[in-house]
Amino acid sequence: MSWQRKVLRVNLTKGTSKVEPLNMEWANAYIGERGLGTKYLSENMDPKADPLGPDNVLIFATGPLTGTMASTSGRYAVLCKGPLTNAIACSNSGGKFGAEMKFAGYDLIIFEGKSEKPVYLHIVDDEVQILPADELWGKGVWFTEDWIKSHHSNPNLKVASIGEAGENMVRYACVVNDLHRAAGRSGVGAVMGSKNLKAIACHGTKGVSVDDPKRFMKVVKETHKKLAESGGRKELTKVGTNAMIDVMQEWGGLPTRNFKEVQFEGTEKINPEAAVTPNAHGHVNLITNKACFGCTIACGRIAHIDKEHFTVVNRKEYWHASGGLEYETAYALGPVVGVDDIDALTFANFMMNEHGMDPISFGVTLAAAMEMYEMGVLTKEHTDGMELKFGSAEALAVMAEKTGKGEGFGKELGMGSMRLTAKYGHPELFMGVKGQEFAGYDSRALQGMGLGYATSNRGACHLKHDVFGEDMEDISGNNKAQPVKDSQDRVAMIDSTGLCLFTTAGWGVEDFVAQLDAACEGTWTEERCLESGERTWTLERMFNMRAGLTGADDSLPKRLLEDPAPSGNAKGKVTELGKMLPEYYSVRGWTKEGMPTNETLNRLAL
Amino acid sequence: MQKSLLIDPDKCTSCLQCEMACSFEHEGVFNPARSRIKIFEFEHGKRAVPYTCTQCAEAWCLHACPVEALVRNTATGAVEVKDEICVGCKVCTIACPFGTVNYNPDTGKVIKCDLCGGDPQCAEACPTDAITYVDSAWTGYERMQAWAVKTDSKAASA
Repeated sequence: MSWQRKVLRVNLTKGTSKVEPLNMEWANAYIGERGLGTKYLSENMDPKADPLGPDNVLIFATGPLTGTMASTSGRYAVLCKGPLTNAIACSNSGGKFGAEMKFAGYDLIIFEGKSEKPVYLHIVDDEVQILPADELWGKGVWFTEDWIKSHHSNPNLKVASIGEAGENMVRYACVVNDLHRAAGRSGVGAVMGSKNLKAIACHGTKGVSVDDPKRFMKVVKETHKKLAESGGRKELTKVGTNAMIDVMQEWGGLPTRNFKEVQFEGTEKINPEAAVTPNAHGHVNLITNKACFGCTIACGRIAHIDKEHFTVVNRKEYWHASGGLEYETAYALGPVVGVDDIDALTFANFMMNEHGMDPISFGVTLAAAMEMYEMGVLTKEHTDGMELKFGSAEALAVMAEKTGKGEGFGKELGMGSMRLTAKYGHPELFMGVKGQEFAGYDSRALQGMGLGYATSNRGACHLKHDVFGEDMEDISGNNKAQPVKDSQDRVAMIDSTGLCLFTTAGWGVEDFVAQLDAACEGTWTEERCLESGERTWTLERMFNMRAGLTGADDSLPKRLLEDPAPSGNAKGKVTELGKMLPEYYSVRGWTKEGMPTNETLNRLAL
Repeated sequence: MQKSLLIDPDKCTSCLQCEMACSFEHEGVFNPARSRIKIFEFEHGKRAVPYTCTQCAEAWCLHACPVEALVRNTATGAVEVKDEICVGCKVCTIACPFGTVNYNPDTGKVIKCDLCGGDPQCAEACPTDAITYVDSAWTGYERMQAWAVKTDSKAASA
C-alpha cells in the first residue's frame, strides 16, 4: 500500500522494458523518492561512470505519499550522476507528472543505456511503448507536450520532457513537466538528452491506496488544517517564494553582480509588489497563483509579459501566460546579473521553461561571463557582438534564448560557470560548489547556509538543509554544524516521502511521520524516519566518495571566504567555513578528511 | 432545502484535491482518472475550471437510460447510477449534453456525480472554496451581491 510495489526498467540501448517488483527492504529503509532513488542508483551503476555516457543511469522516483490526498503530493525526483558536478544528482519537481506516474502503477522508472535514435516513452497503465521522437527532436518543451497529447489523442497524458538544452547537453539542462514545473537542478535534463530520451508521457488509472484509509483521512484533515492556518503558508499563497527577495535585500544576503555585492538597488522593480503593480502601459505582470498536484499552498505564479516589451513586441507566440517569477528565478535572472527589468526576467524565465534549463545555474554562469566581460577577458568577439555588461536586460534576454537553443555564445554559457571561468583563466569567478552554482543566498550573511552549500551532495544548493532561523539569530559561524546536519537529514526524509519541502511552513517532523504511518505498512516513528534521512544523506556522500570526490570538494569560492560582505547585517564578515566544517564532520561521525567512518556506516546499516 | 455545487473558477488553483476526494469517496482509492469532477486548465494554468454534473431537473441521461438505472434521489436532487441495474450501454454518455456522465471500463458501469448523498467530498476537500455546496435556489447570491454593491455608492463605501 501507498507504494505501488512496481519498478519499470527501460533499457534504451536494447529498446526494451520490463516490470520488476519494488525492493521492499529498500523501501522500508529509504522510504521513497530521493532516498529510495539514491539506493537504486547506487546499486545500479558505477559512480565512476561518465555522467553523459551510456553507463549513467537515470531514475524517476516517486514517494509513498505521492498521489495521495496529503498536501503537496505531486512530487517526484530525477536521479543520476550529474554532469555539472560528477557527483550524485537528485532534483525534484512538482506539477502533476509525478502523481500520474504513480497512478499508472510505478514507484520508479529506471533508464539504462542509450537509444540509438531519439525516442520518447509512452505509458498508459501497463502499456509501455518506446516510440520515435524524430518529430520532437530540436523542439522545445511546450511544443513537445502539445504534440504528444495531440498525437495520442489523449489530453490526460502528463509529460516530462527536455527542451533543446537537454538535447544539446547544456550542463544544467533540466527536465520540465506540465509546461513549467521542473526537476531543475544539477543537469538531469542533459543526462536525459545524452540518452536520446526526449520525453516520458504517462497516464494512469490505477489509483493509489493507503494502508489505513480511515486514519489517513483523519490525519490528512488535521495536517491540511494545520498548514492552512500557518502564517508562512499564507505568505507563500499570497506572495509566493519571491517574498524572500525583500527579506534578503534588507538582510544583506542577496547575491548581486556575481556575488561582488550582497544588496541590489533594483529589488523594488522585480519584487512581488512590482509584479502586481501596473506599469506605464497598464500591464500587470502577475495573473494568478497556481498549485501543483495535491497542493493546498499554491505558491506557483502565473505571469505574462508586456506585449510592448522589447523581448516580445514582434513575437506574439510569447504573449500568453506561463510560469512566472519565483524567488530563485528572480534572483538568478535579476540581482546576480544586475538586471531589474521584470519583463526581461519573465521572458528569460519563459526561455528556461520552454528550452529546459535551470535558471539558477544559467544566471550565475551569465553573471561570471559579465564579470569577465567587464574585466576585458571576454570581448564582443566572444559574445556575438553583444555588450555583456551587468544590468543589461538585452544581454539577459538574448543569452537566455541562445543558451536554450545552443547558438553562438550560448554554447559557452551552456558549460556552466565552473567550466566557463576555467576556460578563460578565471576559475576564482565561479560562484558555486562542486561545479554547481549558488542559489540566492550569500553565505557571508547566512553562515549555516555556507556550510550547507559546501557539504550539499549535489553541489551548491539551498534546499538540502534549513537553518534560516539559526542563521538570522546568530550571524557568526558558531553552533551551526549540528543544526545543518540535523536539517539535512530531516530534509532528506521529507524529500523521500514524496511531499514538498514548503509544507514545513506549517508542519513539523511529526506531521510527515503521522501521514507516513497511516499510509504505509509497519510502524513509522520520528526516530525511524530521521534515521532514514541520515542514511540517505550518508549514502549520497558514499556515492560521491566512490565517484572520486573528497573532503577537499566541500569548499567555497575565495570570494565568500576572503572578501568581506560590503554591506548589510553581515558587513565585514566572511564565511567561517574553516571553523564550521571540522565541527560538521565530527557531528556526522566522519573522519577529519570527510569520510564516513565504519562505525557511522554500520550504525546506519550501510 | 435542496443544495447545489457552486463552482467559482476564480478561486481554483488546480490542486486536484477535489478529484482525489471524489475518487476516494467512490472507489476507496485516490484516482483522479475515476473522479466525477474534473479540473480543466487553460493557457498554461492561467485559468483552472472545475466541472461536473449540475444535476439537470429534466435530465437527458435519465430519460435516455433504457433500463432505468439512473434514478433521482429526491432528498439531494442528484441523479444517481444504480450499479446493480446499469448495463454499461453508454447511451446516457451520448445523451448528456455536458459530457459529465462517463464510462468506467474497470467496472463496466457509468459514473457520474451523485453529490455523495448530500455531503459532497469535493467541496469538503477544496482548500480555496472554489467548490462549495449551497442552497440551489441561491447559487447566484454572492455574485448578485458583488454586483449590487457596484450599483450603490453608499454600499460600496460602507
